[in-house]
Formats: sequence, C-alpha cells, structure tokens
Amino acid sequence: MAVVTEIPLPGIGVRYEFVTLDGDRMAVVHHRSGVRELVLFERDDPDTSHDLVRLGTEDSRTLAELLGVSQVAKELSELEQDVEGLAVDRLPLSAASPFDGGTIGDTQARTRTGVSIVAVLRGDAAHPAPGPEFALRGSDTLVVVGTPRGIEELAVLLRSA
Amino acid sequence: MHGSAFLLELGGVILLLAVLARVAQRFGFSPIPLYLLAGLAFGQGGIVPLVTADRFIAAGAEIGLILLLFSLGLEYSARELVDAVRTSSRVGAMDLLLNSTPGFVAGVVLGWGVVPAIFLGGVTYISSSGVIARTLDDLGWMGNRETPLILAVLVIEDLVMAGFLPFATVLLVGGSAGRVVVSIVLAALVVVTILTVAARYGPAISRAVFSDSDEALLFGILAVLLLTAGATEALNVSAAVGAFLAGIVFSGPAADRARSLLVPLRSVFAGTFFLFFGFEVDPGTIPAAFPAALVLAIVGVATKVGTGWIAARRAGIGRRGRVRAGVALIARGEFSIVIAGIAVAGGAEPDLGPLAACYVLLLAVCGPLLARIADRPAPRSASLGG
Repeated sequence: MAVVTEIPLPGIGVRYEFVTLDGDRMAVVHHRSGVRELVLFERDDPDTSHDLVRLGTEDSRTLAELLGVSQVAKELSELEQDVEGLAVDRLPLSAASPFDGGTIGDTQARTRTGVSIVAVLRGDAAHPAPGPEFALRGSDTLVVVGTPRGIEELAVLLRSA
Repeated sequence: MHGSAFLLELGGVILLLAVLARVAQRFGFSPIPLYLLAGLAFGQGGIVPLVTADRFIAAGAEIGLILLLFSLGLEYSARELVDAVRTSSRVGAMDLLLNSTPGFVAGVVLGWGVVPAIFLGGVTYISSSGVIARTLDDLGWMGNRETPLILAVLVIEDLVMAGFLPFATVLLVGGSAGRVVVSIVLAALVVVTILTVAARYGPAISRAVFSDSDEALLFGILAVLLLTAGATEALNVSAAVGAFLAGIVFSGPAADRARSLLVPLRSVFAGTFFLFFGFEVDPGTIPAAFPAALVLAIVGVATKVGTGWIAARRAGIGRRGRVRAGVALIARGEFSIVIAGIAVAGGAEPDLGPLAACYVLLLAVCGPLLARIADRPAPRSASLGG
C-alpha cells in the first residue's frame, strides 16, 4: 500500500493523501457527516486541486465495491461468523442424486431439515432465490442457509432419497 | 402572554425567518446578514415594531447565544485544540495582532474609551467559522493545501475568544482596580476548573449522559449546558464562556449524536439571536455608523488577506494558495455579533451595536463573494462540488 498522509481538518474531519503508481497526488476528504470527497491535484502545481466527486455513505460503499473490494463476499463471511447457529454452505448435487431432474419442491428441504436453498449455481451462472418449481440437474451446486446440523441432514438427503 | 396577538406576531416573525433562510439557501449565502436586516426592520424604531412577542424573542436570543457557543465547543475535540495551538500559535498571534488592532484603534479614535474599544477589537478580529467552513465546502476547497492552515487559524481564534470573553466581561462590569483583579482571578479559576473537569471527567460525563433515546440524550445535554452556563453567569464569567467550555466537556459518541441533534435547535435559536441583535439597534443610527463600518471593513479585508497570505507563504504554499487563504478568512459573522451583543447587553458604548451590525453585514456578504472571485480562474475539470 502507498504511504498515506493523514491531515486533520479541525471541525470538518480528516484528509488522507497519497501518491498513485502513476505519480498523481490524490486525496480523500472524510467529513464527519459521512460524506467523502475525492480530490486530485495537478501534477506540476500542488496548489491547484480538482474536487472530483462527492460521495454519500451509500455511494462510497458502491464505489468501494466497484473498485474490487468485494463487499458481498465480506458481508457473507461476516454473516457466517456473526450470526450464531447460522451457517452458509455450498452443497454439490451429483449426477447420481435421486433429485437429478427433480424440482426443489421434491426435496422438501425446508420441511425435513429446516434449511433454505437460497441460490443454485449452474456452470458460470447463478440462479438466486429459486422457487419450489425450479428443476435441478446433476452437477448443480446449491447455496444453502440453515443450522450446521440441518445442512448435514440435507447433504445426506440429497445423496439418497 | 396575550393569546392570539402573541401567536400571530411570533408566527409572523418565524415566517419571515423561514423566507430569509430560503433566500439565503437559494443564493448560497449566509443567512446572518438577512436576519440582522430583518431585526433592524422590526425592532425599536423599525417599520413594524413588535409589541407582544419581543420578550419571548429576547429569551430565545439568550438561548441562541448559548447554543452557538456550545456547538462551537462540541465542534472541536481536545486533540484538535492542542494540535492547532502547537502547530499554528505564531500564525494565530499574528492574526490577533493584525486584526484586533484596527478595531481597538477605531474605538479609541471615536472617543469610546478603552473597554468598548477592546470589544470593537474583538469584533474586527474574529472570523466567522460557520460562514468560512461553508464557503470552503461550497467551493470544493477542502482538498487544498492551505485549508488545514485556515482551519487552524479559526480554531485558535475561537480559543482566544473563550479567553477574551470572561476577561472583557469583567472589564465591562468595572469597579475599583482591586475588584477587577479579584474578578479576573475568579474568572480564570472558573475556566481552569471547567477545563480540568473536561480533561479528567469528560469521557465519564459523556458516558453518563449518553442514551440510546434521542429525547433522554438531548435533555441530558441541555441540562449540563444550561446549568454550566447559568453557574458561570452567576460568577460574572458570561454564560457564553460556560457554554463553550461545556461543549468541550463532551466527547465520543455523545458529542457525535449531540452535534446532529442540536443542529436544528441551534439554527432556530441562533436565527432568533441575530434577529434580536437587529431589534436592539435603532435603524436611525445606521447611517451615522456606516462610514466608520465601511472603513473598518476595507481595513478588515486587507488585514485578513495579509494574515492568510503571510501564513500560507511561511508554510511554503504558492501564490494561488496564499490568495485563497487570505480571502477565505475575510468573512465575519456570528462571533462578531456575539462579542458586540455581550458589550451592548452590558451597557457599553451604544454606538457599538449599529457599527458591529454594519460591519458584519458588509463582511458576511463580501467574504464568500471575494472567495468565489478568487476561485474563478481555477481550471476545473468538473463542477461537482456543492
């Protein structure tokens, strides 16, 4: 990480400055209100700065996400750690499974194990929130949320009817 | 209270403030000069003097003064105050010398005597941190190199004011030399005591007052504020100083929440405070006060630009930054009115009120305007600020 200089702005917040790989000097102004400003300085004149953009709390989160700091992955792992007794797991569906060609409704996953199937991953595509009529295929991966014990039961259930 | 007449009059005044706040918002200017003008129009000798609501507005103005100073204390953490003094005390001393001298000299030349002249020195000295913070934000200057310097100067000015007010208030009360000395020692003791309490028990008090309920937190904070302000006033140290010190006591989550909870309350009562200051000034005295105010304003622009220029040059900042630092500091506003208000309430020179009103009217408008002009030649890639 580049060297970040912290400059206090009394009554306003803090400004963080750093020099990018290309040699541009950049600053992020953290307002106490939660607003963030991105500032870029002219290369040959440190006294001319361009106020690039002003971001609200939500905007900052969106930008961080787009910059590749994956917020979703982070939140999912936090969810796994923070919510006691709740687990998120991926269960592969083998071609030998009795549910190959069946629907989610056929598995009766929720009634029998209390586990919810929140998404189905097929090849490169993800199908979020599949309904009970969703047809399963061997080689699908199911993303499930439930108690660790319920998930174990479901894994067994998927293998043998 | 007079029932319907009281409500109608108060409603009319608030409606006027609502319209003025909207106009100021629309044109991106501070509403303070507009409130002062409205006060002039509706006060004693104005177009439509108020009859029934003036006592209520007087009480509101007193609360407004206390809330203004309290939020100022809340703005800064103890660390920010210490840092600013450590890094910028020399710049602060130059700022004090360059900008309070013209007011003091003018007071003496006008034949007001030393004490009112000291207050006028305070009026010309102190920049408006509210107006300036807003201008910096509107013009997208927060990223600039000179901005931390500008903010440090403002912090020092506010600290100087906290020291100045009890001292000047004692002089205002006057009396024999012995009594003045005793009062000054007492004032210093009170300030040191509250600061010590803030340093040692601030976090504990903040935790005790903090509550998840906005209502409980707000009442807790207001209780600490009003009791501190009342106690300091009882000791002749000016409620404004007590309020400022009470603001410094709070820190952490209690201060963060208090800041946002108090904003609407402060806006309402501070508006009332500026209005009331205008009420107390007879519009008939304005023409006589205007020439002196204009001269002081021109000098005041020059001395602040000089302060900013020299301070920025010492920090190794280029010409554009020096100009910006200078023009940013020009605006005078709420605290000039606070200082003048205390002097007028204390029965000092009656001409101080109209002079301070004219001075602030001129500079609260000119400051942001000159800053915008200084900003213009800047090649800007995007105008997304504000």
